[in-house]
Order: sequence, then structure tokens, then C-alpha cells
Amino acid sequence: MNNDAYLNSRRKFVKQTATLAGAMMAAPLLSNANFFSGSDDAIKIVLIGCGGRGTGAAMQALMSKQNVQLVAMADAFRDNLDRCLNNLIKTAESSGNKAIKDRITVPEERKFTGFDAYLKAIPLADVVILATPPGFRPIHFDEAIKQNKHVFMEKPVATDPAGVQKVLATAAIAKQKKLNVVVGLQRRYQNSYRELFKRKDEIGDIVSAQAWWNNDGVWVRPRKPEQTEMEYQMRNWYYFVWLCGDHITEQHIHNLDVINWFKEGYPVKAQGMGGRQVRKGKDNGEIFDHHYVEFEYADGSLLNSQCRHIPGTMSRVDELLVGTKGRIRCGAGRITDAKGNTIYQFDRKTENNPYQTEHDELFAAIAKGEYQFADAERGAKSTMTSILGRMATYSGQVIEWDKALNSGLDLHPKVYDFAATPPVLPNADGFYPVAIPGVTKYS
Amino acid sequence: MNSGKDRTKQTKFLVLGILSYLPASTQNNIVAFKPYEQPVPGSLLKFKMVPVPQGEFSLGSPATEMHRHSDEGPQHKVGVSAFWIGVYEVTRDEFDVFLKDETTSQNSDVDAVTRPSPQYIDFSLGMGKEGGFPANSMSQYCALMYCKWLYQKTGIFYRLPSEAEWEYACRAGSNTAYYYGNDAGKMKDYAWFKENSDDKFHKVGQKLPNAWGIYDMLGNVMEWTLDHYEGDYYQHINNQEKDPLEKPNESVYPKSLKGGGYDTEADALRSATRFKSDPSWNRRDPQIPKSKWWLTDAAAVGFRIVRPLQQPTPEQAEAFFKTYLSQ
Repeated sequence: MNNDAYLNSRRKFVKQTATLAGAMMAAPLLSNANFFSGSDDAIKIVLIGCGGRGTGAAMQALMSKQNVQLVAMADAFRDNLDRCLNNLIKTAESSGNKAIKDRITVPEERKFTGFDAYLKAIPLADVVILATPPGFRPIHFDEAIKQNKHVFMEKPVATDPAGVQKVLATAAIAKQKKLNVVVGLQRRYQNSYRELFKRKDEIGDIVSAQAWWNNDGVWVRPRKPEQTEMEYQMRNWYYFVWLCGDHITEQHIHNLDVINWFKEGYPVKAQGMGGRQVRKGKDNGEIFDHHYVEFEYADGSLLNSQCRHIPGTMSRVDELLVGTKGRIRCGAGRITDAKGNTIYQFDRKTENNPYQTEHDELFAAIAKGEYQFADAERGAKSTMTSILGRMATYSGQVIEWDKALNSGLDLHPKVYDFAATPPVLPNADGFYPVAIPGVTKYS
Repeated sequence: MNSGKDRTKQTKFLVLGILSYLPASTQNNIVAFKPYEQPVPGSLLKFKMVPVPQGEFSLGSPATEMHRHSDEGPQHKVGVSAFWIGVYEVTRDEFDVFLKDETTSQNSDVDAVTRPSPQYIDFSLGMGKEGGFPANSMSQYCALMYCKWLYQKTGIFYRLPSEAEWEYACRAGSNTAYYYGNDAGKMKDYAWFKENSDDKFHKVGQKLPNAWGIYDMLGNVMEWTLDHYEGDYYQHINNQEKDPLEKPNESVYPKSLKGGGYDTEADALRSATRFKSDPSWNRRDPQIPKSKWWLTDAAAVGFRIVRPLQQPTPEQAEAFFKTYLSQ
């Protein structure tokens, strides 16, 4: 279909994309986007997932140079939503730009809570921001694309192979519908990484790589007596694999994605080791505190990947690519030759804020009526890379990409409800079952 | 915006209220005013403090100083009460004792002393941690919480220096652009800065000290002061004013820093140069609210601490921390 005819106005683009999509899907779900806005030019966003990162993403969208309006919010919990809205307003006020505050228009009737809150918010959007715990991303992304919305979604985009498959399928539909999708793997939007990528041939063929996300770890949210098991897991989501994917997925995906990007491919298999050495309390759920994975790409090159959440140990968050003629040191923004001499050094003064750039570029494209961003597929495959690593460390086996992706492994509950039973439960002493390499099969 | 006169009054009030406590009743007042080593509670580490006698000096730079900025003047002769100051910038080893103190809550909204949230990434950025590298990338709030933790553990009131105290200690009796003279060409003997740092900070105490035996006042990491930054602050100071201080402001930004860092050019490493914090120093924190502890884009920011000779009463110390840590 010829897109040129309706590149003139973004509004037209949004509507016609919707019409086109509706026709293609034989499900004429038109965006009723105009209904809530006083200004026809406004790009209306809704935020699904009102934690610290969702709040940050919404503010970055509002701070983009386009006329973006936040019109609705959704979260499993009302207190999260209220805190988020309050923080957005405070941040907007302190920005000194009154227009930003005026772009936050979320009255009571457009605040939605509960597991199904996303269903009520998405129809009100031109662009949906997905920032809940990653376990929900596949169903939220699917709904947003069904309803013909552009999407910004945080990484990772799933926590299990079934979720990755769903996102891949949805990504294909988004592509057909020409809906822009940006995934928050921010190094792809960071000047230093982009400059290094442009020059990657200077190191010859990449024969091996290293990736690190070693630090102290993150927050814990202790159980409260009034919480159901489902609510507790939702609140303390970092420690449950169905919600978080383990920290190799939730965090280390950044570094794995950089290697995939520079390698222009994805691993074919992985093996590794990991466990829980120090972080093993009742509030630490079921995830490991360290993983070390050897990924192998189709050309035989290796990626040695380590991620650790152990206070007091060596902290490093970085990537290194080793080529036949030199090395790319991502954190330092430097390329060296085989002898270690610097042949390129990125000028730190030209570094950007990649979190802001993600939104600037996405909303500029939408405002112009352009289709430029199709991050979902690579986001899904880098998510799968991290899941492959987790399957390798949990099982202690060699795990092959194709088998893992097609394993059908689905960690999610049958029913999403605070009274429902989550997929993993504590024993009588309050401890959760934890993967044991050599015993655990795939999970 | 307050008028200059009002601000001067408020500044004086704060000086009386916070810096020059009278009378004090703790034992700390009767210790000899000489160099000492302070053990870091819960560790085998010690840090060195040297006495800085009370005196007067010219705050700011003369209009004739090369590379001078307008916020450095006009110069005023001001008085400074006696205090001890850290011989070195606070090191990461010392700071880590606080970070890892399991007896103190972490990132609590209700506890009076609480530890920072864990560092989301490695904010030393590979420049070095163990063995005497300076602590870096922390907010003024975080640096002051370290002081409060020290106070709670030792009973001795430590805090950040005021701009005036910092500059008095840095100059060590000098009135030249740098504490060793006016020749920027000699900077490499005294400081880690843009020209010789290899774009990273270095272990403290490797360069030459000033006349009072204080190291790395210029370069390496720039140092937080107590003052809220006002560009016209020096215009409202009176000659002979005692212990001037720009009172805390409701807004977090900008605060005043001194001394420059490893990435600072020589002409901005003068004793009189003033730096101001900026929201861009935390622009790559993806969350809202942004961390109150860590700065994502200020790797060259650290701090040094002082101990006033005239120690405050416990009530005054509490009031001080309440004022500065309630922002």
C-alpha cells in the first residue's frame, strides 16, 4: 500500500493507519483518539505500569518536542498510580516548563487499576507506554497492536519462550500495520554506542565478546500480612521468574543486546552456571544472584557473559568486543588496535541522554506520520538470549536456541486475579523452590 | 528572590544558628587542636584530620585574576572559625564502610540515618575503588548522610565545609590563583586535572599538598560544600563577616562545589573558582523520582569533611541535619 498519500498530517496518519489495520485484521477497531483531547494535534499517550521507570518514561515522552498529552494511566495498584501521577506533576513543575504540566490530564475516570486496567486505558491512546513488570509485556503489547497503537515498551519484553513467541508474532503484525515500536534498550539510542557501531569494522571480524552487569542488586519489598500471595509477588516482582525473568533477563539483557547488535545475529546455543550464594532469604523469591553463561553464535564465536547481584564484589557494567584487528570497549567509548593503542575515542561531551532520545525520535516520527521503528523483533530476540542464558544456568545443560524458543515453556498463571494462585508458591517455612543445576529441567 | 539585604540577614542568622554554636558542652571541645586520625567505625580504617586555625582571608578572586568569573567577586575579607579538615578527599574505602553497614537501614524514608540505595551501575566507572580512590558520583544529600552516620557512630560532629571554609583551607595563607602560586604550568605537580589525569580520578594524596598539608584540594574530584549556589552571593557579604554561608534553599539545585575535578581545565582549578550542581548531573537516571543518592553524570564529584572546633550541642547538630537532609 502506498503510504505517501497520507504522510501530510500525523493525525491523519494515526487514523488511517488504524483504518488500514482494521481492514487488514477484519476487526474494525478504530482509534477513538480524538474523543479525549482538546487539541487535534496532540499525540495522546497512556501509561501502563506506574512504577519508577514507567514514571520516567512518561515524563520523557512529555518532554519530547512534540505535543504529547498523558490522558490515562493504568496499574495493578492504585497507590502506585497515585504516586506516579504525583511525581509526574512535581517533576513537570520543577522543569520550569508550564506547558509540560498542562499536558498531564488524567482525571479520576481515566485512572484504571487491577489486572485488566490496560484493557480500559489502551483505547484512549495514540501511543501506549508499556512499563509493567516484563511478564505482562506480551499480552499488553498484543492488545496495543490489536488496537492499532504505536508503542514504547520497556525491556525485557517477556519472561519465557511462550511470551517471546507471542511478542514475535505481534511484532510481525505491528510491522504490517506500520505501527512504530520502540523498545527501551537504550544503548541503541546512545551516541557513544552508535558511534562505536559505525566503526565496528575497524576491529575486523568479531571473534569473541564479554558482557558484564555486576553490581549490588536491587530493592526488596517485604511481605505484608494483609497481602494475598499474588499481591505479594506482584509487589516484590523482581524475585519471581514469571514476572521478572531473573536478573539475567531483567537487567543483563542490556549487555547481551549490545553484543547481538554488534554481531548482527543471535546465539545458537548456551551453557553456563549460576546459583544463589548470598541472596537467599524468604523475600528473595526464587531468582539466582549470579549467572555466568557462554553463548555461542552461528559462526562459532563466543560471548562470555556474567551478571551478579552480590554486594561487596567487583562491580562492572560494560561490554567488550574482541576482533581480529582490535577491540571495542563500550563503556570507555574506545576502539583499540591489536596492540592496545587507541584508534578511536568517543568524545564524552557529545554523549546524549539515551532515555530521552528514545522518546524524541519515536514521537518525532509519529508527529511526521512516518514509520521508522520496528524494535519489537530484536527486543524479543535479545529477551530470548537472556532467557536462553537463564535456562542454561538453571539446568546446567547446553541449551539450543531453536529448541528453547519452541519449547512452549510458559511460566504464567492461568488466571490473573489477586485471589488466584500464582505459578510458584513458598513451602511451609516461607521459602520458594529454587532451580538446581543438574536436576532442574529447562525453566 | 530575596533582596541582598534580606539574604545577608538570613545568612547571618544561619551562621549563628548552625556554624558557631555557643556554648558547647561536649567533651570534644577539650581535645587538643592538633592533627589526629579518626577511626571509621566498624572498620580498621582511619582518616586524617588537620587543624585549621581561626583567621581572616580574602574570599574570592581579585578583578585582575586571569580567567576569573564574575561570581568570584567582589573579594571580601571574611573571618573563619577554627575547624579540622580532612587531609584527603573522603575515600571510597571509607565511604564503603557506611554503604555496607548492616546495622543501618537502607534508603529509608523514616530513619534519621539511613544508607544509600545500592548503586544501580558501577559509578566509579572503572576508575578505581579499593586502596584509596576518592568516593564519587554522590549527591550532596548522600555526602551529608555520611557525615550524619559518622556523627551517630562517633559522637563527633562532622559536616561538609562552607564555601568560605573550603577556600580558606585551600588557600592556606596564599592569595595567588592557585595555592602554590600563579603558574598554571606547575599544576601537574599539585593536581590531577584534564591535562594529566588520563580522564580518570586517582588515589588521593599522590600530588603535593598545600602549605597546611592538605592534598588534592584542586582537581581529582570536585568537592561539595554546604552552600546553596547564588551567582551574586559575594556581592552581599560584608567585610569582616564571620563564617559566611549561603543558606539552604528549597530547591535541590544548584549547590556550590569547589576545587574542580580530574576533567577540569587548569584555568578553572583556581582556589576561587565556584562550581554549581545541575539537574543534568543526573539526567541518565531513567526513573522518577530520580535517585536522591547517586548522580549518573557527575563522576568527577566527591567531597571532603570538616569538624568544627566549637562542636554543636546534640540538639543543634540534630537541627543542622534536619535542615540539610529534609530537602
